[in-house]
Formats: sequence, structure tokens, C-alpha cells
Amino acid sequence: MAILQVTKVSKTYKSGNRSLTVLDDVNFSVDAGESIAIVGPSGSGKTTLLGLCAGLDAASLGSVMLVDKALEKLNEDERAEVRSQNIGFIFQNFQLLPTLTALENVMVPLELKKRKDAKEKAAELLRKVGLEDRMTHYPTQLSGGEQQRVSIARAFANEPKILFADEPTGNLDTETGEMIEDLIFQLNQDLGTTLVLVTHDLELAKRTNRIINIKGGKIQEAQNG
Amino acid sequence: MGKNAWVFKMAMRDFRKNFSKLMLFVSAMVVGIAALVAISSFGDNLSKDIDGQAKELLGADLVLGNNQPIGKQPSDSLATDISEEINFASMVAFPATGESRLTQVRALEGAFPFYGELETIPVEAEKSFRQGGKKALVEKILMAQFNAVVGDSIKVGEVTFVIEGELEKVPGQSGITATVAPAVYIPMEFAEATGLIQYGSRLNYLKYYKFPASLPAEEVVKKFEELWEDDKISSTTVENRRNQTGRSFENLANFLSLVAFIALLLGCVGVASAVNVFVKEKLASVAVLRCLGVSSWVAMKIYLLQILLMGLFGSVLGAFLGTLLQYVLPSVFSDFLPVEVSIGIAWSSVGFGLVTGLFVSVLFGLLPLLKIRKVSPMATLRPDGDSISLRNDKLRWLVIGGILLFIYVFSYFLLGGWKFAAGFTGFIIFAFVALWSVALFIMWLIRRFLPISLRYTLRQALSNLYRPNNQTVSLIATIGLGTAMISTLFFVQGQLLDEVKFADKEDQPNMLLFDIQTRQIESVVASIQKRDLPILQQVPIVTMALESINGISRKVNDTLPEEDRRSRGLYNREFRVTYRDSLISSERLVKGELREVKNPGDSIFVSFDEGYASRTGVNLGDEIVFNVQGRPIKTYVGSFRDVKFNQVSTNFLVLFPENVLDNAPKFHVVITKTKNDRQAADVQAEIVREYPNISVVNLGAIVETLEEILSKIGFVIQFMAFFSIATGIVVLISSLIISKYQRMRESILLRTLGASSRKVGTINTLEYFFLGSLAALSGILLSYIAAFLLSQFVFQLPFRPVVKEAVIVYFAITLLTVLLGWLNGSKIIKKPPMEILRE
Ligand SMILES: Nc1ncnc2c1ncn2[C@@H]1O[C@H](COP(=O)(O)OP(=O)(O)O)[C@@H](O)[C@H]1O
Ligand SMILES: [Mg+2]
Repeated sequence: MAILQVTKVSKTYKSGNRSLTVLDDVNFSVDAGESIAIVGPSGSGKTTLLGLCAGLDAASLGSVMLVDKALEKLNEDERAEVRSQNIGFIFQNFQLLPTLTALENVMVPLELKKRKDAKEKAAELLRKVGLEDRMTHYPTQLSGGEQQRVSIARAFANEPKILFADEPTGNLDTETGEMIEDLIFQLNQDLGTTLVLVTHDLELAKRTNRIINIKGGKIQEAQNG
Repeated sequence: MGKNAWVFKMAMRDFRKNFSKLMLFVSAMVVGIAALVAISSFGDNLSKDIDGQAKELLGADLVLGNNQPIGKQPSDSLATDISEEINFASMVAFPATGESRLTQVRALEGAFPFYGELETIPVEAEKSFRQGGKKALVEKILMAQFNAVVGDSIKVGEVTFVIEGELEKVPGQSGITATVAPAVYIPMEFAEATGLIQYGSRLNYLKYYKFPASLPAEEVVKKFEELWEDDKISSTTVENRRNQTGRSFENLANFLSLVAFIALLLGCVGVASAVNVFVKEKLASVAVLRCLGVSSWVAMKIYLLQILLMGLFGSVLGAFLGTLLQYVLPSVFSDFLPVEVSIGIAWSSVGFGLVTGLFVSVLFGLLPLLKIRKVSPMATLRPDGDSISLRNDKLRWLVIGGILLFIYVFSYFLLGGWKFAAGFTGFIIFAFVALWSVALFIMWLIRRFLPISLRYTLRQALSNLYRPNNQTVSLIATIGLGTAMISTLFFVQGQLLDEVKFADKEDQPNMLLFDIQTRQIESVVASIQKRDLPILQQVPIVTMALESINGISRKVNDTLPEEDRRSRGLYNREFRVTYRDSLISSERLVKGELREVKNPGDSIFVSFDEGYASRTGVNLGDEIVFNVQGRPIKTYVGSFRDVKFNQVSTNFLVLFPENVLDNAPKFHVVITKTKNDRQAADVQAEIVREYPNISVVNLGAIVETLEEILSKIGFVIQFMAFFSIATGIVVLISSLIISKYQRMRESILLRTLGASSRKVGTINTLEYFFLGSLAALSGILLSYIAAFLLSQFVFQLPFRPVVKEAVIVYFAITLLTVLLGWLNGSKIIKKPPMEILRE
């Protein structure tokens, strides 16, 4: 059963009287529990596609069904609610809130879901990613790999049905990157989450069930991994 | 956990890390709040003290006044104590040195003041003065001016008194009154002997009453009001004086509050521009929150709450500082205060400051904060810089409307009239738009015409003014407005003094002799001519009162309905009139014509000063009966003159033709020009010695007095302008600290690329030099405009741009900016480049 259904989606950016079509008639779907990778060269539209799938932005044409909701029919605040309930994010540049400690960063999505046990749950997640002794540290006091681990803990905190990751290892060295990959796939498996991963790293992509290849805003082929 | 509780929690978490930064933001408004609270508290306490010391203001329960002896009154029998005074302006001389000056002589009989006391040095002097004998009490200022000491002699008219004591304080008088007309108290028994109680002296008779506590002065006044009115006797009760004093100081306090409010608004511009930087830094965090499912309003509330908290914090701090600052105010205003002012916490003023502070911080903070609503979660994946535009945001316009409404309501509250409030609001809009446009214009000029060929350091420093998130415009505006206030003050002050001194250089008269009796005139003129000095004007003066206008006497006028009634002042005024058939150089005929009287039966046409006529509603052709020393003279208004009153000259509201007043009792004024101060002093000494009743004023003395008064007023204005400058400095410091990280990055980058740290230092210093210069120049430019408008329309003087003061102000402000920047910059340059890698 599809948890994410992308139908005839196009995205056009207008600047002045010029318009640039970044995504052109994209179709694909992802089943619950599946993991897929979106790969393609830089500038091919991967990030744009991910943003549309997660409801961060609205498509120019077409429809995105996410967890049975047609995103194009919701307004921004309603989409925010969908994100809060169903989605986890991992970013290339970590995107931690610099004024919050590691623990508090992980607590945010739990608190948004009004969980009473936010603190315990967040601490447990940080333990899972191996940061039990860094909980009260601020992002500037952590290395890149540690920051990404906090962000992974945050992404899994609200027990998302689907996890989006945009080049999660892009800003990390190979060794740390591999460790982060392991962590993502392990947690993904443990919690049975759906995973949508954007990367230009083919090795990483091969660890998913399926790879979607995108080039110049068009899907080239879908292959099973 | 409710949504609001979570917002609060998030706000507090974020706040922890932002506290010092936010503190910087609100520090800009602390100065303004402090000024507002200080002045408002001071005003509150002052009005309380005026109420509490009302009796000491007057020194008696009731004072009657007239320009002739008051005589026995039916109220006398009701009083428990009565005291009488005759006061008049007259020359007094110090025989030891032969120096003299015009003073206010007060001949006193009885125990006045009944409330409060004449404070003297030594303290016993007051008592021994009242015991009788040829003793005088002399105002401190006068003693200092002539280096006199207690025990010296002072000559008033024909009588020489011993100075028994120095007058420290007289009930109801402020330092300013003492500067303009220092008082000399003499016993009444010698008043006649001075020879000054005669026709031509402007005598003022006062009678002070003390009533038993059971009898309110108002009751007495009510009883005899009509009787006194018939005799033109004025009456003043404690209540009258309190209202009058209270009103004028309330006006002053309100005016000063508005000045403080301007400083506060300047600070708020600083707050808004700093919050703008804050918001830009927070956009990434907001995008993350949005990604995690926080709605746009909730995200905004997290930051709004922090601004609110800091606004509250800043207001409390400001109110606290303001309450402390209050301790300084009595010494700032000491020369203007008629009462002892107490100091203490005025809770209503503290509350006023808190509410104002909260209001403005939220309103001005919201302006940039509204951007947060527009942050797209997509920015987490692809930061897209500055693309948020609020130009068409309805809420933003609502906030701007709110700010204007707040300014309007605030000024309405202080000025108490919607027209004034609208005027003030308009002025604020104008001032800000003017400064803003000047700043933008200068920025544009630089960018447009900056030559590429400029030295690299210069070019880099100038382009630094345009770095992203720069606060250049808001800095130029805040520092500029402070500069404008101070330099306008300097300019106008300098110009007024120049104008008076200037008069001496051009072939203008510089000495005025008045109160000359008819029998003395010939010998006075002779003794002036003997010294080879010109008689520039010799003018006879006749005093008279207005009996009726178009047949309506004062009594009839009082019974008319209000809209038809003329001002009482017209009937009560003592007109000092001269007669001639031609105009002098300070006059210009604007309506009608001067008509001579050739035959005894001719109608008499007089000429009025146009301004006075229009103020009192006198028209051409009106029939006016003047009472000249008991004799009625019927005249018609034949012409209006435009009279310039700002020259050493004799100017008259009413001018008679010749051949009418020849036989009326009169006195004379002579105007001459001495060649230098030495000669002026000699002439004055001789005249005063020979004719003690004649008053002499020379330009030198006027300049001196004017300088003293201006410096006293100037001090108050400088004190107020200080708040704006201080606000400007705080905004400058906070913006320097805010941009520190960015500057550090730039500096390190430059150093990485091979610039020496000296070069980096030069670039930084130059940048502050430009910033300071721009701010100072736009301020000076604005103040030239203000000084021009003031001199054209208020003082009616030709505008002469002052250069020296402008140069001083320019260098002072620029130096200050460079110094602050340098202090901040030296730390940045010393930072190891490692810092930048650890963000
Ligand atoms: N706001 C925008 N306006 C115009 N063009 C954009 C905008 N955002 C992205 N693009 C363009 O869309 C294309 C795809 O970008 P992106 O999705 O970030 O590619 P990828 O993530 O695959 O590297 C690029 O050519 C980029 O320049
Ligand atoms: Mg990308």
C-alpha cells in the first residue's frame, strides 16, 4: 500500500518573465516500510522533489498524496500538522536549533505531539545514537558527526511513518558518513519506518530497496536494488 | 501540555542563549525610558511640592498691587498682619568702585514674607535689616558681579545704605528672575528720601496680607473684588499663584517629556533595526521549526514573547535608572525652580514608563518580527537569503498604523489638544523621513559616484557600509538626530548673541538713558555732547491709560457677552507713548497714514503697532479715549506701523502726532553711542552720580545678561539632547557588537588573503570615520535647515550659517564614533582565526 504517491508533478520557478521548469511530469510511489533512494547529478531537481514530497513546498502541477492526504489541498499550517504527525527529517547541514541543547533539540517534535514523556524518550534516543554523555551540549560544542546523530535522534523522535533525508552524509567524511548511514538504516529497520533518501552517493543508494534516477527534472528509470 | 505553555517553554529556552544579545537590542530604549520616567517623576514631585509650598510661593495669603499708592482698604481690618512694598527699577551704585547697574529696588515695611523667609548670609542679616536704619539686603548675583562684600555701601537714589547681608533666596523667586532683575531690599522709611518715588518711575505698590486660618483669602477677594477692580487694584491669592506656577511647570514638564519621547523613539528605531538583524539570524531556526510541524503563528509567538520579555526588562531597568536620574534633575533645573523640589519614587511615572516601554518595544519589534510568519520550511533544504518581502503585508501596515496612533495618543496625553498632537506626530514623521532620506541619499551618492580608482583601503571601508544586514541608515538617523538637536542649539544660541554684539559694530546706538525728568533733559544732553558723543534719539514719553474704545469703557466691556468682549489687558495697560510726525528707521507704515495736528480743534489720529492692534482687535478708525494723567483725550486710530523690536531703540505701541501732548507731564529717553566699553562705563558712572534717578542701560550689560540666560537655558537643552546622543551611542555600540561576528569573518578572510592586521585596522577605522562623518554631516545639515527656519520665522533675524560650531560638532561626533569602533575593532583583530572555524 502506497504511503507516498506522486502523480504528474511539475515544478516551475518563475523569476521575472523567465520561467524554469525544474521538475517535469514526475510519477512514482513508495509503499509503507519501503526504502528508496533518489539519485542524480547536482542541479537535477532532487532537493526540489524531496521538498514537494514532504510538503515543504507546493507543486506547480500534479498531486502528492502523503499518508492519505492530498498535500496540494492543504494550506501551510495544515501541512505543518501533517509533518508534525507523520514525518521525520535529516538534513545535509544538520539544521539543529543553535540555542537549544542536544536533548532539547530532540525533545521539540515530541513536545509538538504533546508527549508527556518527551524528556525520557529524547534521552533514550540520544543513548541509541551514542550521545548519552553529550545531552546538555549545544550544537556549536559538537562535531559534525555528533550533530548529525542528534538530528537523526530528532528525526526518529516522533516515530514518523516516513523519513526524508537530503544528502545526510554530504557534509561528513567517509568514515563518519558510514557510521551515520548504519545508524539510519538500523533505526529504520528497528522502527519499520519508510525511508526516502536523496543522495549522489551510489554506494549509499544501493543500500535501499529501490533507486529512482532523476536527470534534468525527469525520472530516467526505476530500478530495484 | 498546552500550545501556549510550549511556546513559553521554547521562548525561554531560546532566550537563555539570546539574553545578552537581546539585552543589547533593548538597551537602545533604556535611555529613552529613563529620561521619560525621570522627567515625569520630577514633574510629579514638582507639582506636589508646588502644592505643598504654595503659601511660600506668595509669602502671604493675599497680595494687592497697583501702580499708585493702595491706601487704606476695607480688607485691612480682617488681617492679622499687613506688610507693604514699593518696587521699581532703578540704578544702584557701589560708591567704592563707582560701578552701577539697573536693579529691582524693593522698599519693604512689615514682616513680609509671612510664609517662608528671606534667606540671607549671614543669617542674622534678615533680622537686623528689619530693625531699621540705612541697611540693605542685596541679591547674591549682584554682589558677585561687583565683587561687593557685606559691610560695603550701596547707593540707591540719593541715599547710601550699608549692605547688611546677601540675599540667598526670596519666596517665589527663581534664579532666572534674579539674573534678569536682581533685587535690592531697602526699608520703606527711606523710600521717599531716595528721590526715586516720583513721576516717571514705574512704581509698583504691593500690599501683603496675612489672614487668620479661619478666613480664606478667596472669601476676602470675593467681597471686595468689585471695589478693587474700579481702582485697578490687582489681587493675587495663594490659589491663583499656585495654579499659575503649577500650569507653567506642567507645560515645561510636558515639553521635556516630549523631548525624552523623541529620544525613546530614536532608541526604538535602533531596537527595530537590531531585531531585524536578530530575525535574519533566526530565519534558519524558524525554517527548521516549520519543517518539524510548527505553524507560522506559533513560530512567531516564540520570538515575540522574547521581545516582550526584553521590553519588560528594558522598561524596568529604564524606570529604575530614571528614578535615580531624578536626583540630578533639581540641579539641572535649579535656576528655574521657585520651590524646593523633593525627590522620591513616583509610582504613577514608573507605571507610565513601563507601559510606554512595553508598548514601543512590541510595536517596533513586531515590524521586523512579522517576517517570521513568511519563512518557508523549504529554506531548510535550500537557504534562500533575503527573498521575504513585507511590502504588501497588511499586518505590517497595521503595525505602522499602530505606531503612529501610539505617538498620537502619547502626545495628545501630554499636549492636551488634538491639533498639537497631530502637529507633533507630523513633526516626528517629518523628522524621521527627513533624516532617513538624507541618510539614504548620502548612501546612494557614495555608491553611485564612488571612484574605482580610490585607494583599496578606502574603497573597502566604504563598501563595508553596505554589507548585508548593515545598520548604516539607522545609525545615521539616530546619531544624526542627536547631532541635529545639539548643533541647532549651538547655532541659534550663537546667532542670537552675534546679533546683539553685531549691533555694536555697525553704527548702531549702544547706550540707552531713560527716566530723565523734563528739568534734567537739557543738562543730560549737554553732558553727553561735552564728551563728543552723538545724541542719536531724544524722545519724550507720556504715560496714559485707555479709557474707552468706540465708547465702550472697561465697565461696559465687562458686561458684554464673551465673544464681543475685549481683553482686559487693553484697559489695564499703562501705555507709554511718544509723539512725532515722522517714522524712524525701525518702523514701517503698513496701513493708513500719519496725520498731523495743525490747529487746536483738529481730530487726533494715533498710530498703533500692527501686531498689537491685531492681537487686541483694534481697527483703523476706532475711536479711543486716552486718560492722560486725569485728562481725557479723544483720538482715532489713523494708521498701523510694523515695528521691529529687536534693536536698541525706542519703540512704541502707540504714536501720537505732535502738538497734542506738549503740556502733559512727561519724561525722556536719550540714546547715544559710546566708542568703547571704557567710555560707556565712564558715562554711566557720571550720569548715575549726578542724576541718581536716571537709568542707564548699555549694550555690554545686555549682552552679558543675555549670555547668562542663554547659557542657563542652553544647559537644560543640552541635558535633554544628551539623551538622544546617548541613545545614538548605545545603538552604535549594540550594532557594533551585533555585527561583530560578521566583521570578524571579514577581517579573518582579509588576513587569510594576506592583508596585514594594520591594513585591516585601517579599513575598520576608515569605516567608522565614514559612518561618523555621514551621521554628523546629516545632523548638521538638518540643523542648518532648522536654524534657518527658526531665525526666519521665530527670531526674524537674517540667517548667518555658523561655521566654527559646525566644525566642532562634526569633529566631536566623528571622533566619538571612530573611538568606539576602534575599541570594538581592536578586539576583533586580535581574535585567533580559529574562532571562525568553531561556529
Ligand atoms: N527558488 C528557485 N528559483 C529558481 N530556480 C531554482 C530555485 N530553487 C532551485 N532552483 C533550480 O532548480 C534546479 C534544481 O535544484 P535542486 O533541486 O536543488 O537540485 P539538486 O538538489 O538535485 O542538486 C537547479 O537548477 C536550481 O538552480
Ligand atoms: Mg540538493
